[in-house]
Amino acid sequence: MSELLLPPEHRYAKIINEKRNDDGSEYSILNLGPTHPATHGIFQNILLMDGERIVEAEPTIGYIHRAFEKIAENRPFYQITPLTDRMNYCSSPINNMAWWMTVEKLLDIEVPKRAQYLRVIVMELARIADHIICNSILGVDTGAYTGFLYVFQFREKIYEIYEEICGARLTTNMGRIGGFEREWSNEAFRKLDVFLEEFPVAWKEFENLFERNRIFIDRTVNVGPISAESAMAYGFTGPNLRAAGVDYDVRVAQPYSSYDDFEFIVPVGKSGDTYDRFCVRNAEVWESLSIIRQALAKLPEGPYHADVPEYYLPPKEDVYTTMESLIYHFKIVMGEVPIPVAEIYHPVEGGNGELGFYLVTDGSRTPYRLHFRRPCFIYYQAYPEMIKGSLLSDAIVILSSLNVIAGELDA
Amino acid sequence: MSTKTNMVAPPEGVVGEGFFATKLNDVVGLARANSLWPLPFATSCCGIEFMATMASHYDLARFGSERVSFSPRQADMLMVMGTISKKMAPILRQVYEQMSEPRWVIAVGACASSGGVFDTYSVLQGIDKVIPVDVYVPGCPPRPEQIVDGVMQLQELVKNESVRRRNTPEYKELLASYNL
Amino acid sequence: MAIETALIQEKIAQKFANKASNFGMQKDIFSFEITSDSMREVILFLKEEEDTNFHFLTDLCGVHYPDNTIDQQFCVVYHLHNWIENTRIRIKTYLNGAQPEIASISDIFLSSNWMERETYDFYGINFIGHPQLKRILNMDEMVSFPMRKEFPMEDNGRTDKDDRFFGRTANC
Repeated sequence: MSELLLPPEHRYAKIINEKRNDDGSEYSILNLGPTHPATHGIFQNILLMDGERIVEAEPTIGYIHRAFEKIAENRPFYQITPLTDRMNYCSSPINNMAWWMTVEKLLDIEVPKRAQYLRVIVMELARIADHIICNSILGVDTGAYTGFLYVFQFREKIYEIYEEICGARLTTNMGRIGGFEREWSNEAFRKLDVFLEEFPVAWKEFENLFERNRIFIDRTVNVGPISAESAMAYGFTGPNLRAAGVDYDVRVAQPYSSYDDFEFIVPVGKSGDTYDRFCVRNAEVWESLSIIRQALAKLPEGPYHADVPEYYLPPKEDVYTTMESLIYHFKIVMGEVPIPVAEIYHPVEGGNGELGFYLVTDGSRTPYRLHFRRPCFIYYQAYPEMIKGSLLSDAIVILSSLNVIAGELDA
Repeated sequence: MSTKTNMVAPPEGVVGEGFFATKLNDVVGLARANSLWPLPFATSCCGIEFMATMASHYDLARFGSERVSFSPRQADMLMVMGTISKKMAPILRQVYEQMSEPRWVIAVGACASSGGVFDTYSVLQGIDKVIPVDVYVPGCPPRPEQIVDGVMQLQELVKNESVRRRNTPEYKELLASYNL
Repeated sequence: MAIETALIQEKIAQKFANKASNFGMQKDIFSFEITSDSMREVILFLKEEEDTNFHFLTDLCGVHYPDNTIDQQFCVVYHLHNWIENTRIRIKTYLNGAQPEIASISDIFLSSNWMERETYDFYGINFIGHPQLKRILNMDEMVSFPMRKEFPMEDNGRTDKDDRFFGRTANC
């Protein structure tokens, strides 16, 4: 049983027994338990409170540990995408594409330009979807429910685009080694165009609701600031780090999938407080929209997948008519494909920061070791430090602005 | 004002001048079924589909679930959405024990129903190992329409439930089998 | 503008001559191995030395090789990154299979705190000097270390799944 019932030897109990304030009051313990209306996901924080102020916090995670890394050691390469979906489930295409890129790096496969551009489009859509959730739920936590209801309509539109591409809404399991499983339909492009017309209007209204709103500014400015040095020491990456002033973005530092063909700026904040994190995510949505427009404008013709018959499932007509396709199909499905022995680390810019896959293979059909470098897990360590001295409602707002997703935290 | 609103049909009964006589079970069932207050126990991906269900496009509030209660004492139905690991199971049980009768449980998603795709050492293979479940909604994650369908099936169950069910020996035996 | 791998190799070989080995480029990351007792000094050196300046710890994880000799059964892998020169580096160290332990770097890099706890939770590697080395993702009462190769993925005590249908029987 986790620390639900605080045993008397817990160090907080000792601190309470020893310390007494000048006016005779003492500290108390509050359990911001695993199930809480305002925490997004299940993690527990035991807070040592001095009245309304938080003195110290002790987090406990692991309430949704699903042993992804253990499962990945028992699954052939195609069956690992559903696992990657379920890590950061708000932006699952990014995780999928990151996995395929890791495998392509392992096998030295060159993906054609068209597939790379399509990947960029779907990854940026996923980033928009992730930031929609984070910012609208930050609004809900400060009491503003309207923004959430309004922009969630556009998440439905993004889901419809995913459905046209791969058939699923949330956990997309998209793509194959070397590209996509099918060419995007005209309906997908049409829906994308409609989205690109309607969403900017709505996002502008959403920004106007919050960015100069007196109440929101009071609730979020100077709440949970973190300095750039502290953020780097704690391993922050992604929007949380950029809000602190450091412009590290994996898409710029180590461009993958033709990101260097596009022009975009990396928005950076100043003080790393909640308001800056909110604004950085807002600005990133605008940049993502610009990248999608550039990719659509420059989308080259060509194949939507690499020509690697040993790893890419052949089309069904060929499987039923030609011999080699039948053999390839059989070998791919049974997992008897040639896998070199290597160690790969491939990072991408996920919705929350640098999502890295460390893959060790030994030539067999399943990875020998697959480790996920999950950004949420690493930056959540700084949470107790960030809420020291703040009020309880500020702690909730800080947690919400960090965008901690439980699936990625525990994996 | 639209005239196409779908009002819930009244139960069978005898209508007269200024009175309507029906069975207590029917009236209570009708009232309970159309005002189920959910307690969303959202742990992972199914929780995001629940958020989509509660949002304006699929609007679960039309079915009476307007007030989402996070306090177990004030909720009628416990919707468990997402994977429950063994570390989380005691907490789920505590939440269920705190709910007052009558209470119902919906297991949303494959993970809550049977452990889903995670057949591992740390995942509870289905929440019916620790609490009794009324409706299972399969899917990974289920579409919002499926979640709404699950709620509607629960509404059927609630409508036809007897007022005395919670005191019957069969129900007590069910709870005893879970050590509740 | 990346740091020359020859420069890194020279600096490491100069300072830790007989402890470092196996220098090489693994796809696109320069990596080498070091003995476990000097890991802490190597990381401090790489962080503070001006020419290398690997100021960011990207990742820390463990790998289990039960087929190796007893001295090399656990491997701890560190990925460091220098943002200014945009260079990554991977350092590996092998630990004894019966008693894996290594010095903790949680005071050098604050982000390694939970990563070391996770590695302890999964493999049982003892990080000496860690402020709070206890389990982080699994239940506190667990006695075994689940990511080791001998530990099965499924929970053996589950009753609702018939192993014959999953191809997991004694002779499979």
